[in-house]
Amino acid sequence: MGVEIKVIVFKLGQEEYGIEVDKVQTIERMMPITRVPKTLAFVKGVINLRGVVIPVIDLRGRFGIAEADHTDQTRIIIVSANEMEVGFIVDSANDVIDLNTDIIDSPPDVVGGIKAKYLQGVARISEERLLVMLNLSEVLNRNEIIQLESLEG
Amino acid sequence: MDMNQYLSMFIDESNDHLQSLNENMLGLEQHPDDISIVQVIFRSAHTLKGMAATMGFEDLASLTHQMENVLDLVRNDKLKMQEIIFDTLFQSLDALQSMVQDITQGGEGKADVSSIVSALQGIVNGDMTTAASSTPANVTSSSSHEGTAVQLDEYQYSVLEQSIAEGHKVMFIEVAIRQDCQLKAARAYLVFDLLERYGEVVKSHPSVQEIEQEKFDRSFSLYYITQKDSSEMKSMILNLSEIDSAEVVALDQETLSQLSFGHKEASATSAPSIEPTTQPIVAEPASKLAVTEENKNGARATGGTAAAPSRTIRVDIERLDVLMNLLSELLIDRSRLEQLADEVRRPDLTETVEHMSRVGSDLQNIVLKLRMVPVDTVFNRFPRMVRDLAKSLDKKIDLVVIGAETELDRTVIDEIGDPLVHLLRNAVDHGVEPTAKRIAAGKPETGIIELRAFHSGNHVFIEIEDDGSGIDRDIILAKALKNGIVTESEGAAMTDEQVYMLLFAAGFSTAEVISDISGRGVGLDVVKTKINSLSGVVSVTSKLGKGTKFSVQLPLTLSIISAMLIKVGSEKYAIPLSSIIETGLIKRNQIRNVHGYTMIPYRDTHIPLLSLADLFQVKDFDEDSEEETEIIVIHKGDRLAALTVEDFIGQSEIVIKHLGKYLPSIQGIAGATILGDGQVALIIDSNAFIK
Repeated sequence: MGVEIKVIVFKLGQEEYGIEVDKVQTIERMMPITRVPKTLAFVKGVINLRGVVIPVIDLRGRFGIAEADHTDQTRIIIVSANEMEVGFIVDSANDVIDLNTDIIDSPPDVVGGIKAKYLQGVARISEERLLVMLNLSEVLNRNEIIQLESLEG
Repeated sequence: MDMNQYLSMFIDESNDHLQSLNENMLGLEQHPDDISIVQVIFRSAHTLKGMAATMGFEDLASLTHQMENVLDLVRNDKLKMQEIIFDTLFQSLDALQSMVQDITQGGEGKADVSSIVSALQGIVNGDMTTAASSTPANVTSSSSHEGTAVQLDEYQYSVLEQSIAEGHKVMFIEVAIRQDCQLKAARAYLVFDLLERYGEVVKSHPSVQEIEQEKFDRSFSLYYITQKDSSEMKSMILNLSEIDSAEVVALDQETLSQLSFGHKEASATSAPSIEPTTQPIVAEPASKLAVTEENKNGARATGGTAAAPSRTIRVDIERLDVLMNLLSELLIDRSRLEQLADEVRRPDLTETVEHMSRVGSDLQNIVLKLRMVPVDTVFNRFPRMVRDLAKSLDKKIDLVVIGAETELDRTVIDEIGDPLVHLLRNAVDHGVEPTAKRIAAGKPETGIIELRAFHSGNHVFIEIEDDGSGIDRDIILAKALKNGIVTESEGAAMTDEQVYMLLFAAGFSTAEVISDISGRGVGLDVVKTKINSLSGVVSVTSKLGKGTKFSVQLPLTLSIISAMLIKVGSEKYAIPLSSIIETGLIKRNQIRNVHGYTMIPYRDTHIPLLSLADLFQVKDFDEDSEEETEIIVIHKGDRLAALTVEDFIGQSEIVIKHLGKYLPSIQGIAGATILGDGQVALIIDSNAFIK
């Protein structure tokens, strides 16, 4: 039997992604980001979230999608996992839905490679709507970054 | 009566007083002849006694009372401070401390203090007899009080006499409280309070203590020195409510001697102080009580100023965090408002916003400072500890504390105490040699342990340095071999520093004889773990025969530092002032290329020039187009380098924050701070730029 979970839905390009609501601290509008030199390209810098300095990464860059300009819709989703707090820059975030874990399928094998690691599974919400569930601890895995770098390099 | 609401205040103040007692006792030990220190101690003890009695902690009160007795004798030059007295008093302080501790933890503050009390009484009786046999004698000796004179002793008499001679007004005041008054003691207190505001009560009957305990019928009388007129005093006393009558009689030399019991002797010798035959302490309880009163007077006056800085309330540190975060939000909104005001361009709006900005900045500063505590709060118990340890080991040791005002974050302060205790115990036990050995080695008899705290770079250093025998590499190695911590070949290859670090290995103890002070082989091991858990580092340097230095390096996490804010392109950075030597301006044509490095002349030498824009890949700033360039000369130890920046913004107190766990440590960045406008600025770790 699956469990009912609440999921925050956000978009990168046309694709919809989901993060379990209890991993998400807040969703913020775009705010000034202080660049941190000498880090990976997708690490955009740090923000001041109510007195706490939090690193922000561009999720597009993290997944190897071309980065887009920020718009009114751009949001920073602050997630916390593995005792880390990180902000994700996403194209938009405007939905919370209820899901039954039963409808989450394991990630499609065809994707393969490192990219599939970030996925916990794919949820079919309706005929034409697929939701990619993120595997946060993998997204935030820093060893992975190094590995990714070496592969890309 | 429910005392709970006063309990926390009582605990706080008791702790303050105990601390000051401890400190002053140590001071007194250094200068046993300094009566002014005794006065301070006496006042603290007296206040403590009063508070304890009010709160109903009888044991606490009675013990302080006995201490007071001893101190009183010392204060009046009737007793010389001696070793035994110090020890007993220190013991009493310990007992008091544990009682207060007990109260803090919700106990009754009860303890068996009889042995210490009798020891104190022994001191009192052993020397000047009569003095401490306390009040009851006094009650019987002068039970009549209606209009009859209060007995004055020699000392009080001379005080009064001198006051008259100096033109002060001396009065004999008799106050009767209304029969139906409910709180006689409180009324009496008001009278005393009033009187003490305008002068000095020399002697009262019944004694102040008895009056405080309501051990009087409804009237009391006293001798009083003031500048006011007697009629004025009378009307002031009568203005207090529930006072039935007040008789104020101004005294001159003659009436004084008539009233006073000692008038026969006194009139014979106008200078009663030189009177070898008359027993100077006849009706001594009187003298004691009077002086107590006088002192109370003084305590109130000085107490006002002395107690004020230590007024504290306790606040949950989490609330401070919440406060700080709320404030940051406010600051962000403030900067929004500033922008809006800029756009709207209405003078009154701009003015209001500016004012709000200023208030906001002040508020921020205060909130940030709230979390910082001087290390003194940890250090202050050490002098006493070292003294006791040294004594129990029969060594002579001076603890020198330097930089106690260095501020550290509260959370670190709470944790650092135990490790430091271990290190200090270690220095006392193993560091400083026994006196005989010191003399043989041609060193001064008294060993010195220096406890230093200071900011440096992005760290706070706490150093404990002794001038003892130092660490013998061979002994350590032998011991480590024996305990199986290293093998022989490993040991031979180790540097001295590595050998010293073996001290921190688990299960290591070098003390030949295991003492209860240190030497169970767990101490230093625990110290290292603890300091590491605070992300600190502990290191040892030592010179055989000269001494040993333990250095604890703590990160400045959350602590506030002074920093220089600078601008490069559109980015702002903060450089800790501690690593800056100076700022300056150089012309581009002064820059030389030497073997691939850029150098600039500085004083009599050349130092490397680094471009911050290059180091941090700042895109929107091109310094090559400038004719002159701002530089900041930074240092790491003796080595210097210059950083080019675009502009100086100014100096500011900043809070160091982590960049977050996600980001790996970045070379040249020590952390981040949040500026007044809510923006994050990175803090530059200039040490990283100098090899």
